[in-house]
Amino acid sequence: MLTPAETAALMLSLRVSGVAVACALPLAFLTALLLAKKPVGTTVVGGIVHLPLVLPPVAVGYLLLVVFGARAPVGAWLDQTLGIRFVFSWTGAALASALITFPLQVRAIRLALESADPGLIEAARTLGARRLDRLVNVTLPLALPGVVSGAITAFAAALGEFGAIITFVSNIPGETQTLPLAIYAALQAPGGESEAARLCVLSILLALIFLSAGEFASRRIWR
Amino acid sequence: MSLEVFLRHRMGVFSLAAEFVTHGKVTALFGPSGSGKSTIVAAIAGLIRPRQGRVALDGRVLTDLPGLFVPAERRRIGVVFQDARLFPRMSVRDNLLFGWRRAESKANAGTIAHVVDLLGLAPLLARRPRGLSGGEKSRVALGRALLASPEMLLLDEPLASLDAARRGEILPYLEKLAREAKLPMLYVSHQVEEVARLADEVVVLENGRVKAQGMAFDLLTDLDAVAGVPPLGAVFEATIQEHRGDGLSLIAFDGGVLTVRRLPHSVGSRLRVRLRAEDIMLALAEPQAISANNVLACTVKAIRTSGDEADIQLLCGATRLVSRITAASRARLGLEPGLAVYAIVKSVTVERGAA
Repeated sequence: MLTPAETAALMLSLRVSGVAVACALPLAFLTALLLAKKPVGTTVVGGIVHLPLVLPPVAVGYLLLVVFGARAPVGAWLDQTLGIRFVFSWTGAALASALITFPLQVRAIRLALESADPGLIEAARTLGARRLDRLVNVTLPLALPGVVSGAITAFAAALGEFGAIITFVSNIPGETQTLPLAIYAALQAPGGESEAARLCVLSILLALIFLSAGEFASRRIWR
Repeated sequence: MSLEVFLRHRMGVFSLAAEFVTHGKVTALFGPSGSGKSTIVAAIAGLIRPRQGRVALDGRVLTDLPGLFVPAERRRIGVVFQDARLFPRMSVRDNLLFGWRRAESKANAGTIAHVVDLLGLAPLLARRPRGLSGGEKSRVALGRALLASPEMLLLDEPLASLDAARRGEILPYLEKLAREAKLPMLYVSHQVEEVARLADEVVVLENGRVKAQGMAFDLLTDLDAVAGVPPLGAVFEATIQEHRGDGLSLIAFDGGVLTVRRLPHSVGSRLRVRLRAEDIMLALAEPQAISANNVLACTVKAIRTSGDEADIQLLCGATRLVSRITAASRARLGLEPGLAVYAIVKSVTVERGAA
C-alpha cells in the first residue's frame, strides 16, 4: 500500500513526534506548575514559553541553528562533550517539534492544574502529605486528563511541523524528511503531485486518528 | 486536653480577633455564618498563617507568630470539611487509608476494622466518591480523618450541606464518636440543635470576636449569648431515679424530676436531656388534668421578643429553660421577669452517657 519511502517518512514522523512529546512532557509539567502558582515573574516566563506558538516556525528553526548549529556555542559544546549533534539529524527534528509544541502541552496541563480543587490539596495536607507526596499523589492525578490530552494534541501538532524542521535540520530522506517535508519534496519534483496527494491523505488520516484518540482518552480518564 | 487559641488575622474587610481556651472533650464553635468559624478552624489546622497568633494543644505549641508555625502536614490535627473533600480518583478504601499510610504513629487511629464498623463503611469500600450520597461522603471523610491518627479532630460544619434526613443519619455516628473516642473534638456549627447534642463546652463567635464561652447547658439557654438564633429549650444532666411499673421512668435533675418513657438504662445512670423551646408551654396556674406528664414550677428571668415570637427565659431550681411562645401569648399572660409560672414540657429527648 505504501512505498518504502513513504513508510520511512511515516515512521520517522511518528518517532520524531513521539520523542519530542515524551522529552518535553516533564518539563512542560513543571512549567505549568510554576505558571499555575503565579509567583513573581511568571508573566515573563509565560510569555517566553508561549512564544513558539506565535513566532513563524522558520524563525524558530533559524534560532535553533543559531544556538545548536555545528559551529554555534551550545551546539559545538554538546558535540564535543556529549557527542550529541542536532544538525542534519532526526534528533534535531525532534528538538524543533518539541519546542514548537511545548506551549500546547503547558497550556493544557496548566488549565487542568488551575481547575483542580485547592480544597483537596488542603485535605491532603491535614492528612499528613508533604509537598512532593501531594504533587505525585493528589495534584498529578487531578491534572492527568490535562496531561494526557495536552500530550496527544502536541503529538498530533508535531506530526505537522514543517518550517522549523526544514530550516534547522534540512530535508534529508530517511533522516529528517518527515511527512510534511516529504509532501513538500514531492511537490518540488516534476510529476510528483499524485505522490504529494497520497502523503496528504496519509497526514489527514493520522491527524484524525490522534485527535480522536486524545478525545477518547481524556473522556475515559474523567470517568 | 486543652486547646489554647489566640488569633489576630485580617482578610479583606473581615478582621478576626479571637481567643479562648477550652478543656472540653467536645467543644462547639458556634456562631452565624461569617462570624469567623472557618477561619479559626483553618488557623488551628495550619492551613492559613494568621498575622499574629498562638495555638497550643495540650501544651504542644503549633503556632506562635511571629516565629513558630508548624505546617498543616505535621500538626496531626484531623479536619472534616463541610464538602467532605474526598479524593475523586481514589476508591473509598484508598481515601480512608490516605492519612493512615502517612501517619507516623497510629496510636489515636483505632483499627481500620473498628472505624469501618463504627461508621458503617463496609459496603462502600470499593466504590468511588462520585457515586456516594452526601451522607456517605461525610462518613467517609470522618473515617479518613480518624484513621490519620490525629491528636484532635476539627469538624467544620460537617452536616451543613446535608438535608435534615441525612443529618439525622450522621448525627448518631458523631454522638457515638464523641462518647467513645478519647479524641478531643472542636465542632463548628450554626445549628443550636447539633451543638446541644454533641458539645459539652461552647464558644460563641460574632464578627470575628468571642462573644461568650461556657458550658453547653448554661450557654445555649442564655438568650444574650445566643442572640440571633432560635434558642434551645434546655440541655442538662440528669440521673435515672426510678423505673415505675406503668412504663415510665423518673429522671432527676437540678430543678426537679421529669417523667419519661421507660428507659433501658439502670437506675443511677447519667443522662443528657434536651428540651426544645417550642415544646415548653407556660401557664400561670398549675394546670390540672392535662395529658403532658411534666409540669415544672419556674420563675421568669428574662424575656426577648423578636417579631411575633417571644423567648421566655425561666429558672427551674438551678436549671435554665427557654420557652418559645408567641408575642401575643406573652402579652395575654402578662409575663414579666420575676413572675412565677408553670412550664409544661411536651416532649423530652434523652441521651445516654453525657460529658
